[in-house]
Amino acid sequence: MTDDLDDLKSMMNMATPRADETRRAENLALARKNFDDLQGSREQPRPTPVTGRNALWTGVTTMLNALTSKAALGTTTALVACGFLFLTPQGQSLLTPPTATDPVLTKLTGASEANDTRASENAELQIAEDVAILDAISPPVPTVESDHSPAPEAFAVEGTAAEEPAAMAAEPALPMPAAPVTALRSVNRSEASQTAPSPADTSRENANLYATAPIETVEEAEIAQPQAQALSTLSVGDRIAPDQSPAATQPNTETYANATLNPLKITSEEPVSTFSIDVDTAAYSLLRSSLSRGQLPPANAVRIEELINYFPYDYPTPDAGDAPFRTTVSSFETPWNANTQLVHIALQGQMPAIEDRPPLNLVFLIDTSGSMGSPDKLPLLKQSFRLMLDQLRPEDEVAIVEYAGSAGQVLAPTAASDRTTILQAIQSLGAGGSTNGQGGLEQAYTVADAMAADDEVSRVILATDGDFNVGINNPDTLKDFIADKRDTGTYLSVLGFGRGNLDDATMQALAQNGNGTAAYIDTLSEAQKVLVDQLSGALFPIAGDVKVQVEFNPAQVAEYRLIGYETRALNREDFNNDIVDAGELGAGHSVTAIYEITPVGSLAQLSDPLRYAPNTVAATSDEIGFVKLRYKAPGEYISQLIETPIIGQSIPGTEAIFAAAIAGFGQLLRDDSHLGDWSYDEAIALANANRGDDNFGYRTEAVQLMRLVQSLSK
Amino acid sequence: MRMNTSDEDLAAAAANGDGAAFANLLDRHYDRLFAFCFRLTGVRTEAEDLTQDICAALPAKLGSYQRRAKVTTWLYRVAVNAAHDRRRKRATYTKATTGWGDWEIARKAEQSESTEALDWLTAAMNQLSDDLRDTLALVLDDMTHSQAAEILGVSEGTISWRISEAKKALRAIKEKEAAE
Repeated sequence: MTDDLDDLKSMMNMATPRADETRRAENLALARKNFDDLQGSREQPRPTPVTGRNALWTGVTTMLNALTSKAALGTTTALVACGFLFLTPQGQSLLTPPTATDPVLTKLTGASEANDTRASENAELQIAEDVAILDAISPPVPTVESDHSPAPEAFAVEGTAAEEPAAMAAEPALPMPAAPVTALRSVNRSEASQTAPSPADTSRENANLYATAPIETVEEAEIAQPQAQALSTLSVGDRIAPDQSPAATQPNTETYANATLNPLKITSEEPVSTFSIDVDTAAYSLLRSSLSRGQLPPANAVRIEELINYFPYDYPTPDAGDAPFRTTVSSFETPWNANTQLVHIALQGQMPAIEDRPPLNLVFLIDTSGSMGSPDKLPLLKQSFRLMLDQLRPEDEVAIVEYAGSAGQVLAPTAASDRTTILQAIQSLGAGGSTNGQGGLEQAYTVADAMAADDEVSRVILATDGDFNVGINNPDTLKDFIADKRDTGTYLSVLGFGRGNLDDATMQALAQNGNGTAAYIDTLSEAQKVLVDQLSGALFPIAGDVKVQVEFNPAQVAEYRLIGYETRALNREDFNNDIVDAGELGAGHSVTAIYEITPVGSLAQLSDPLRYAPNTVAATSDEIGFVKLRYKAPGEYISQLIETPIIGQSIPGTEAIFAAAIAGFGQLLRDDSHLGDWSYDEAIALANANRGDDNFGYRTEAVQLMRLVQSLSK
Repeated sequence: MRMNTSDEDLAAAAANGDGAAFANLLDRHYDRLFAFCFRLTGVRTEAEDLTQDICAALPAKLGSYQRRAKVTTWLYRVAVNAAHDRRRKRATYTKATTGWGDWEIARKAEQSESTEALDWLTAAMNQLSDDLRDTLALVLDDMTHSQAAEILGVSEGTISWRISEAKKALRAIKEKEAAE
């Protein structure tokens, strides 16, 4: 059965000509042109089922539908009656004022004496009287009666029309222009009230409407002529406006800080790797925020070390009296490559007794530029700061500086015990104006300096969507300013909010140079993590300028690669240079760094040995490498050194494997060239199996995100 | 980076107005699309024109792309629909020029005999009904019956039936030729 088809297929494949190159180029260009043309019109309001592509026609239909109300029927009937009165000879003769000599009319006038003496009503009454007279003279004719049965309706409405100053009776020569106005009015009225008034009530109701809403009347008269267009345009405008989400129309101006992926290094050529620690978590929150909007993050937004360091790890804590942090080094088989190993370097900061912490001076520097208006920015920020306020002690002090077009102090330094004042100040913040980041920064530092006292910790907390659109735009210049201020002892942390114009690069530059952390707050639970659970870590540094230098043993390691930390690379000589700034370690923070190493003689070695250089190194030691750490105690200028050798393979703990799984996940997101066949399936399985205690569900959430990425990238 | 991006991501980006993604996507699929058009029409010039129609209309069709569908499935559906439109236009045209059409067919037949360029398969394909040819074109392009069913909007059973019908018809043509 399939044999036939296989023959056919091969024949078909032989017969199919190759696409003509010129035609191909032409067609592609044509498609591209049409695509671009189409983009131009994309910005226009899209038709919705309500407004429709043919809104004009819909408007007319609506109008016609509305016209079928009883009031409108009455109006149209009245118009016909008017036409009969004014345009036919019979009608004209009826309109002529009755003369006293006419016996019939005398009788009529007498009958209608009590009524209004308006001409039109007289005319109608004449008809009625005529009918009555006819009835009296001749035998009753059923058709005549039925013909006149709608008349009372018509008269009722017509009566209101006649009440107008410009009534048809007064200007019999111009009955037509008034007619559409009346019709339209009745439409509007019936739309407004929705309840079709009974014919008897119509006249009074109409009279009331005219009496109470003279302006409306003018508007109605104005739009009487181009009614259909005017109505449809209005409705289109009104209904489309809320549909256009700001995200769809505002260009995305996010920039991300990242450097090219750390390349594979050959140990014999470059045995030393140096970097600064990083305890930021912004990249992970950004990833989560992107995924929750159904998008994969741009590869540059993924900083693998920040993904790894987002999670709390249960690493061994330092013993009392030792260095402020404890280093744990282990190595184990790489999950994605059986022929390489991972070297896992973990730093666990000590958790000082919280009761003993020094008083805090916090200056909130809050961006209130117009771009902060959306719900995930300023409102979330206010809620986040409320959460944080509960963590402060009575002796702590809080000040608030806002910056938009100009910087201003919203709250003078206030003791944290005065909650009401602080909450009111937070609540009073509102978005508006453009951003002048630097003016605000200067003022915030001035306030912080004024608050500073011995044994107190001062910190400026900058909350922004990253948009420094006035003043210093260049991250480098701003960075220098912050670095100068850092030396005065006031640190800077940056909280990022919202998406769309998040300037991740500036955020990173500020926090890295202000000895602070950068966190991105996308949800209230992230605020809980950053500002409540890890508040002490974020605010109390236990070690400054923490640098890591790893020297690999060329006799054991052929090649190595640092996973992540691209933006934190340091020069080899910077390690011993205490002037060079590096990352801070907060109280209780942990930092993880992972190297992938290829042992000598491994199948996974990517580089070939050199022909003209000695390609074997005498094995002088069994050690894989040697880890050196430098840090400064808070407030000191001289660094201290910690050294740990990396000894052969060990059995990895749950924590190390989870970190490895996240490292693999980060690489899948950024560049999976080193991972081979290893895919999201394996990453998910590995992370899921090593969630550990996971008291707050952070790792469970990570597994969910990984599954989301897997689905999105299919 | 873009080479690793899946078709679906590209199409989604293109639907959001990313021109580069659209160009990239079309570039990736152009050859395959052309080959498919050739199968649908059986004539090179026709295939060129059909491809051009599709390319011109594709940007507007992007809106109909649903993320859960494969890009190829969607693209083939667009192609089949475009081919139908073309045939419909052609049918009207043929009807309007019936007398002249006979002469044209005769001329074409003469031409094909003289050049013998038209190979057996294309000729045979042209003798099949439109439905059968569409189906066969898809299945010959490594589409499974279920994929073809999705593209043509019919049940899988219908596809299987059409394929067997097409085979029967082709066999009949072959036998007829052998007899001649």
